[in-house]
Amino acid sequence: MALDSKVPEGSLKDKWTDYKNKINLVNPANKRHIDVIVVGTGLAGGSAAATLAELGYNVKAFAYQDSPRRAHSIAAQGGINAAKNYQGDGDSTYRLFYDTVKGGDYRSREANVYRLAEVSANIIDQCVAQGVPFARDYGGLLDNRSFGGVLVSRTFYAKGQTGQQLLLGAYSAMNRQIARGKIEMFNRHEMLDVVIVDGKARGIIARNLVTGEIERHSAHAVVVGSGGYGNVYFLSTNAMGSNVTAAWKIHKKGAYFANPCYTQIHPTCIPRSGDYQSKLTLMSESLRNDGRIWVPKNIDDVLAIREGKKKPTDLSEDERDYYLERRYPAFGNLVPRDVASRAAKERCDAGYGVNATGEAVYLDFAAAIERYGKEQAKIQGIDNPSKGKITELGEKIVEAKYGNLFQMYEKIVDQDPYKTPMMIYPAVHYTMGGVWVDYNLMTTVPGLYCIGEANFSDHGANRLGASALMQGLADGYFVLPYTIGDYLADDIRTGKIPTDTKEFDEAEKSVKDQIEFFTTNNGTKTVDYFHKKLGKVMWDKCGMSRNEKGLKEAIKEIKEIREEFWKDVKVPGGANEMNPELEKAGRVADFLELGELFAKDALVREESAGGHFREEYQTEEGEAKRMKEFQFVSAWEYVGEPSEAKLHKEKLVYENIEVKERSYK
Amino acid sequence: MNLTLKIWRQKDSSAKGQMVGYKVSDISEHMSFLEMMDVLNEQLVAEGEEPVAFDHDCREGICGMCSMYINGEAHGPDRGITTCQLHMRMFKDGDTITIEPFRAAAFPVIKDLVVDRSAFDRIQHAGGYISVNTSGNTQDANAIPISKHAADEAMDAATCIGCGACVATCKNSSAMLFVGAKVSQYALLPQGQVEAADRVKNMVAQMDLEGFGNCTNTGACEVECPKGISLDNIARMNRELMKASI
Repeated sequence: MALDSKVPEGSLKDKWTDYKNKINLVNPANKRHIDVIVVGTGLAGGSAAATLAELGYNVKAFAYQDSPRRAHSIAAQGGINAAKNYQGDGDSTYRLFYDTVKGGDYRSREANVYRLAEVSANIIDQCVAQGVPFARDYGGLLDNRSFGGVLVSRTFYAKGQTGQQLLLGAYSAMNRQIARGKIEMFNRHEMLDVVIVDGKARGIIARNLVTGEIERHSAHAVVVGSGGYGNVYFLSTNAMGSNVTAAWKIHKKGAYFANPCYTQIHPTCIPRSGDYQSKLTLMSESLRNDGRIWVPKNIDDVLAIREGKKKPTDLSEDERDYYLERRYPAFGNLVPRDVASRAAKERCDAGYGVNATGEAVYLDFAAAIERYGKEQAKIQGIDNPSKGKITELGEKIVEAKYGNLFQMYEKIVDQDPYKTPMMIYPAVHYTMGGVWVDYNLMTTVPGLYCIGEANFSDHGANRLGASALMQGLADGYFVLPYTIGDYLADDIRTGKIPTDTKEFDEAEKSVKDQIEFFTTNNGTKTVDYFHKKLGKVMWDKCGMSRNEKGLKEAIKEIKEIREEFWKDVKVPGGANEMNPELEKAGRVADFLELGELFAKDALVREESAGGHFREEYQTEEGEAKRMKEFQFVSAWEYVGEPSEAKLHKEKLVYENIEVKERSYK
Repeated sequence: MNLTLKIWRQKDSSAKGQMVGYKVSDISEHMSFLEMMDVLNEQLVAEGEEPVAFDHDCREGICGMCSMYINGEAHGPDRGITTCQLHMRMFKDGDTITIEPFRAAAFPVIKDLVVDRSAFDRIQHAGGYISVNTSGNTQDANAIPISKHAADEAMDAATCIGCGACVATCKNSSAMLFVGAKVSQYALLPQGQVEAADRVKNMVAQMDLEGFGNCTNTGACEVECPKGISLDNIARMNRELMKASI
């Protein structure tokens, strides 16, 4: 099948408006006869479910958690971008579009990104109307932050819990529709397959995670908003339950999977402390607004610190290497995430890592505390303030801005970040790759949509900070509700989709067979054993930098782990009860296939772009080197084994933006 | 460190549960409590036993999914944290740790340490929202200035993660802190005013219907709340309810 992105004709800034003017609409009376399934209740799924229900469709929403409010969007800390230009600092729809395309290393689709920038301002209006308590200044107006990779302040935030507040906003909108009976909510349910009837997505098979019952649900369209696949690395900042299963199952039923190798490694996470580690914790990137990143200049100091003979605060300014400020004077500590992460790895690989594992750099707030303290002293009219007073006043400001993050750090690491610099190291955080979708957010299967992080998205090869929340809500509140109507307009006479058909029988059988296999296999190794093994291969060979040799090894090794898994995995407990090990087994089985496709995608992409850094393709200064001939989206078709996946290319055309060498110097 | 664990095991909601003893060894003080539980579960699976079911997801203290009652305290012996943020450095070698599910009539046990907190969702369905459709045509976000003080207070209330520690720790199993936080968030914002009276009446009615107890102002909920939600929110809810009833 040839890929058709279905981008509308016309000038960039009129495409979305013209498109909305021309699409088919479904009459309100007919919407009552149309069912839509939404899988996942994070920002994308939650906002889509609420909006579709408001419009009048019958929505069935599914979450593996015990409440929609717990989806992992809740953990997003820093903020949400919107081109409001409230600060009057030169922001505009075009500039947000430009920053997003540039930040994504020219690997995203122009028309989608422009639409995203266009609806961004509506998101803020909508959320404020819902009662989201964004931070405000003393005049009562909304406050903004700046974030990595941009030169304006366009990030709206609610302390360090922006994702939580936006998700609770979407959850409240869902609650209103659940109360009206327009959303039927299925908590503690996991989608295990999609059902295709006559080439169209017409339902899903789900497992009730409390009783183990396998259920059939039909609908006229299926929307997957199940998040990213960062847990393929075992250790990531994702929630423990975050998984690729919904996305992978639809891939196996015909939806192409795009750019799996584009992974975002977030620069500011708490370093790993031991082998028992179950997940990594992110510290919001907003910390880079005020924190300065450094390692010691001299290797002797590094060793002394590791041995506990010296403290970081013992080192004078001259003895510190603020390597981001040194290498990128224009953007300094605010370079995009991929650049900041690789720079940390470069220093640590060179031996300058500051903790016992050698994998940590400092994030230092001393300068910010002093700066804010002096500013406060002036505001409060304190003449000749003492150093102690300045520190006290400065710490208060830093606490007001980042208090919860500092507290979180102290709880985990047992060190006070007000007094000694934080230690940070990059960790897997977000996956730009995902299910391929056209301009309508429809996959290559008619009636099957994919939104939020689960799709291959608008972020190209790298996502800018505070853009994930923007994309999730844009897809769910403002894009999908229009585009899905255009498709459903043909379904007003279809009537209820029956579930007693052979297509549902077959899908249910394959789901039950897999569960039966797991519960009776009686192998010798736990699910986590395989997941950790896979994660290590992914991190070592498909991590922050990749090369041909490593990727070829990864493909071979992942295949071996997969074979061993299907022979020797041990899942205790039964099928007809709550069984967390069984849930994990199904998820890891899918990660083991995705991992191989990931490595294959990374091998084929012979260039460096954003979150994909191939060692063979770098400039003399060690920066990512894009190759013109790779200006396309890799969309993979499932044909059996991941190794046989078939590559389809969607060429990326830039008519409104000049493709340039990305420079943050 | 080496520890003895006494854990509540219950096959399903209808089965009778009991405390069962386990031993774990070589636990690092840097582990989180749930990582210690992972170690136990890996051990149980290897021995052919069924692992302990417990709720958890984000493991960074924000999703509100984890819910254990450890040594008689919701989320264990530390303040301002969820169980996933509890670290083993709070315990010492040789300790015996008692682990139970959150207990309340309105939170029935599903399995082992997993409880059903859907009552919280139903309270939210009764009024935990502002009735605004997604149109893209709401007024500009800055059209109504909101004082920083009110916005900050609303945020402090909105920070509730819905974990249920307040209910588990209250001798009356009262959900007033949870409901008070949601009522307060909207009561403090101009957007929430239009439906304020109906909201508080409906949410309180649903809360009573779910079988949560009443508040006798002991303040235990505030102490155990991982997000430091203040008792002021209960007072504000009572005021709102009074206002709505007059």
